[in-house]
Order: sequence, then C-alpha cells, then structure tokens
Amino acid sequence: MNSIPKGEDANDKGPVQTHWHDNLRLMAWLLSIWFAVSYLLGIILVEPLNQFHLGGFPLGFWFAHQGSIFVFVVLVFVYARWMDRIDARHGVDKGNNPSAPGTFQKKTE
Amino acid sequence: MSIQAWTYLIVGFTFALYIGIAVWSRASSTSDFYVAGRGVSPLLNGMATGADWMSAASFISMAGLISFMGYTGTIYLMGWTGGYVLLALLLAPYLRKYGRYTVPEFIGDRYYSQTARVIAVFCAIFISFTYVAGQMRGVGVVFSRFLEVDVNVGVVIGVLIVFFYAVLGGMRGITYTQVAQYCVLIVAFLIPAVAISWKLTGIPIPQIGFGSSLVTGEHAGVALLETLDAIHRDLGLPEYTGAWVPGKKGMVDVLAITMALMAGTAGLPHVLIRFYTVPNARAARWSAMWALAFIALLYTTAPAVAAFARVNLIQTLHEKPYTEAPQWFLTWEETGLIVFTDRNGDGLIQYSGDPAKNELTVDPDIMVLANPEIAELPAWVVALVAAGALAAALSTAAGLLLVISASISHDLLKSVLWRNMSQRDELRMARTAAAVAVVVAGILGIYPPGFVAQVVAFAFGLAAASFFPILLLGIFDKRTTKEGAIAGMLLGIGVTSAYILWFRFVDPSAGADQWFFGISPEGIGTVGMLLNFAVTMTVSRMTPPPPDEVLRLVEEIRLPSGSRDAA
Repeated sequence: MNSIPKGEDANDKGPVQTHWHDNLRLMAWLLSIWFAVSYLLGIILVEPLNQFHLGGFPLGFWFAHQGSIFVFVVLVFVYARWMDRIDARHGVDKGNNPSAPGTFQKKTE
Repeated sequence: MSIQAWTYLIVGFTFALYIGIAVWSRASSTSDFYVAGRGVSPLLNGMATGADWMSAASFISMAGLISFMGYTGTIYLMGWTGGYVLLALLLAPYLRKYGRYTVPEFIGDRYYSQTARVIAVFCAIFISFTYVAGQMRGVGVVFSRFLEVDVNVGVVIGVLIVFFYAVLGGMRGITYTQVAQYCVLIVAFLIPAVAISWKLTGIPIPQIGFGSSLVTGEHAGVALLETLDAIHRDLGLPEYTGAWVPGKKGMVDVLAITMALMAGTAGLPHVLIRFYTVPNARAARWSAMWALAFIALLYTTAPAVAAFARVNLIQTLHEKPYTEAPQWFLTWEETGLIVFTDRNGDGLIQYSGDPAKNELTVDPDIMVLANPEIAELPAWVVALVAAGALAAALSTAAGLLLVISASISHDLLKSVLWRNMSQRDELRMARTAAAVAVVVAGILGIYPPGFVAQVVAFAFGLAAASFFPILLLGIFDKRTTKEGAIAGMLLGIGVTSAYILWFRFVDPSAGADQWFFGISPEGIGTVGMLLNFAVTMTVSRMTPPPPDEVLRLVEEIRLPSGSRDAA
C-alpha cells in the first residue's frame, strides 16, 4: 500500500489516466484486505482459526463477529485519507467548491 | 414512574424534536427536496446514513436472530457492514461526482437509454416498498407493546409523523431528522448493552465483555462464550461459536448470503442517494467513512448483546418453575411472542434442542426489546429502547419514501411523461408522490402482505443482481453498452426473482437438498449478480461501443474535481 507510484512521470497520459491508475491500485490493495478478512478469515478458514483464542474468543469466531467490522472501518478510513493525498498529488483537489453541484451539469436546467 | 409513563414522555419528546426539525428545515426547491441542497457535511451525512440504513430489522431483530444463530449470524454482521467498503470505494464518490438526483437517472445517462432507466425505476420502487412495509409494521408493534395502543393506531401515528417531515421537508427535513434519530437509536442501543455487559462480566464495554469471563452465576470465572457453548451442548443444541456443525448453514450458503447482502447493501437506492447530498466527491468518501463508523458502533455491539441475552435467557428460565417466572416473561407471553407448553407436566420450564422435549419458544424479535427487563434495568431504559426502535424504523421509512417519491416525480413524470414540467410543478409532484407513498406504506403496515418477512431477501437479492453490477461496470468499464446493461439487468432480476418465488411460494417445502449448490433463496442474489456481470460484459463486446458523449461522462466522474480545467 506504500508503493503508490508518483503520477508526474506518466506525462503521455495526462492527469485523468494517472490519477485513475493510482486510485485503482489503492482500491485493489484495500479490496484484497476486505476479501481476506471477511471471506477468508471470517468464513473459509473459521474452523482452523477457532483452534486459537483471543481472550475468551475463538479467533475465527472473533473475525466473523467483531474483527472484520473493525477492519472495514479502517479500510474506508485509509481510502478516504490516501485519496486526499492522491488528489493533491495530481492537482485534482482544487475546485471542490462546497456550494457547486457536480461539474457534470444537468442538461435540462 | 411506570414504564408506560416513561415511554409516553420519551417517545413524545423525540417526536416533538423530529417535528421541530422538520419545520426548521423545509425544502423550497427541487434540489432541497431531492438532495438537501447538497450542503450536508460528511459527518452529519454519516450519521444520517447510519439512521437511514439501520432499520427496525437492525435495531429490533438482528441481535435476537444472532442470539439464535450463533456463528452463522455473521451473514448479517459482515454482510451489512462489508457492503459499505464496496460502497465507499466503488460507488459513492463517482455517483456524487456525476451529481444529479437519482440512481435510475445515472443508469439512464450512462447507458444512454430510457429503457434502462425505466427498468431501474421499477426495481427501485419495488425494493423500497418491500422494505418500507416492514418499517411501518415495526412502528406498529413497538406502539402496541409499550403504549398499549392497537397495532394499527400505532401505524397511523407513524404515518402522520413521517408524512409531516418527509412531505414537508423532503431530503432536507429527512436528513436532519435522521441525524437526531441516529443519536436516539444509538444511545438506546448502547445503554442496555453497557449495563448488561457490566452486570455479567464486570466490564462496561460490550465488545470486550463479550470475550471475557462471567462474574456471576454458577459459571463465574469461565469465559462467556465457553459457557454458552457448554450450555448449548447440554441442551442438545449446536455449539454457539461452532461454524460448520449440523443444524447450521453450510459454508457455500454462508459465502453466498454474505456476498448477496454486501452487494445488495451497496446497491440499495435509499443508501446511495444519501451520498448525493454532500458537497463533492471527496466529501462522499469521508461521509462513507463516518457512516460505516457509526454503523459499526451498533453492529459490533449487537453480537455482544446477542450472546449476553442468550446466557441471560437460558439461565433465568431453564429448569425454573413457571409459577416463579419473572414479570417480563408473563408480559411477553401475553403478546404470544413467548410460548410455554409444559409437555412433561412438572411445572418447570425446560429448554432443549430436541423438539419433542422443548417447552419454550421465544420469538427472536423480543430479545432486544425485552433485554432491559430481563437484565432488570430501570423503567426509563425500557422506554428509551422503545424510542430507539421507533427512531430506527421511522428514519429508514423516510429514506425509502424519498426514493419512491423521486423515482415517480423525477424519473417517470419529468423524464418520460411530462418533459417540460417546471421546477415548481416538479416539487409539487414530488410532494404528492411522497404523500401517496406514505399512505400506501401505512396501508401495507396495517394489512401486511403475509410475505413481508420473506420478501426482504428479495429486496437485497434484487439490488445485488440489478443495481450493483450495472453501476459498477458503468463506472469501471467504459466498453459496457446499453444492450449489455439491459440484458444483464433483466437476466439478473429474472433469475433471482424466479428462484426466490419458486422456493418461497411455489414449492416452499422443498428442502436444502434441492437448492442450487446448497444456496438458499437469501443467497441467490450472488448468483444473479455473477450472471449479470457475465452477460453484461459479453453482450457489450458484441454490440457497438457507447457514444463519445458517454465516454466523456465516464472520464469526468472518475476524477474528484474538474480535471480538464486542471490539466
């Protein structure tokens, strides 16, 4: 997750492409963790993990009932935080005028 | 003061608060009515999303269901939170950047097709009505239990309150009442949870108490979950923490249901539409973070409440004489939600995994509502739980009604039937549609179609099999064409509906051995979703690519701000 490429060097593609690729790479990392925590640790591997304990919790059960949810919150936090940096690096954090509706304007108005 | 007096006081106060907020935040334009003028802060929108999302089912039923399911309850816990990761990363920022009013509107523009939009509108309306009927019923049940009024009178009171702030305030009114409702519902959920955790384990944080040792009773000093497993073994029930044991769902089914609930969550229009109300794409990302954090507070507490309630229930009742049963037992017995049949005539209440010996049947719905009484908490806590349940039901109902109203006034009337409608007329139509929808929802609550419980699976399955893949591909795959999207949506909806209708209504007695790969109707949305993805992508590559205008739209929404200005 700490190897998001600098976008400046990909000059042939412009900010749309490089911003998008940084975004996709971050997303792929976070979604892999999302999958691993919920489907692998919480479901597929639950029985082997239940051999271990975390306090009074069998470990697999803990992931299924508690741990995965904590990890989800952290993932979404990391995404919001990291995207702010990616936006800034590609200079697309400007123009977020709070009062303006989306830049894609309504055709009929 | 009695429980009833406290309930009148607290429920009355919260209702006055909601009405006050509605008057203060009236909508004066279509933008106010549909998207709260896009001025909601990420933090407040996170709270509003939490209340919007957490329904009567999350507040009243979920902990009770988990309490009876043990490990398998994870399908709800992970399914209904993990979907927010998909929502935050894959949909919310882009739909906000697109920046119009409804989800079907995005589908219509991205797939340059009125047909696609109309299919989406009907899905949105069907999903929302299915869901709202359950909320209104929940309002009625809480009223009848705590205020001893008729269930139907309860529904009518609920209708009047929602009518007032949804019709008057639109999304603006709904947003700020939802913020207040989140506060009420979370406090109402946490106070009893903390009190019970403290009482059973000596630790006031339920998430930690859940994994600690009991401090009272015959099992003092033993870990709570270990005790619960031991009690279950003695009673001949599957172990609470056990996963793939007889009597519980199989792994394939758990995987399928969890996926269907996650994708369904990310595709539910009343949740997606909340992200249209924040100022920009960046705010949508942060707002999704806050929403999930606020939801996680309840969702990590619920499994703890489930385990506490389970231990409490069995320890309080099992092998105890009926004549010494506590007051709450008798109150709930009157409602028919607890049933005691003394099979062996010894006057003792025996709970057992063997249906021939079991004498106690408890409806999962009462676990949360009766919890404060079971734990002998003061009357005001019981009243607060009633107010919390009402807040959960009303806030979700309002969000759903707005989707129905916007679908009718904006997607059907304005775009298909009456194209040159003025903003004032559209606002009037939106209010009328909301008013009609509230009344229909109330009627569905008073005369619930017998299948309300069964069709909730339908709402999620349909959202997973229709909206989720089409929205995702619309953003991430430029090559997706209108032909592909329409074919994929119709197939996803068709397969999911056919499977659910068959196993729920045509042949409900068919057992798990006849299910497709052991997937229950709750999980079939996953299959519908995968088919939708496959068909949409295949058909798209065999049909002419989307027009340039659409390709530009996709490029545009992928950037959080105006990229071409910056370049």
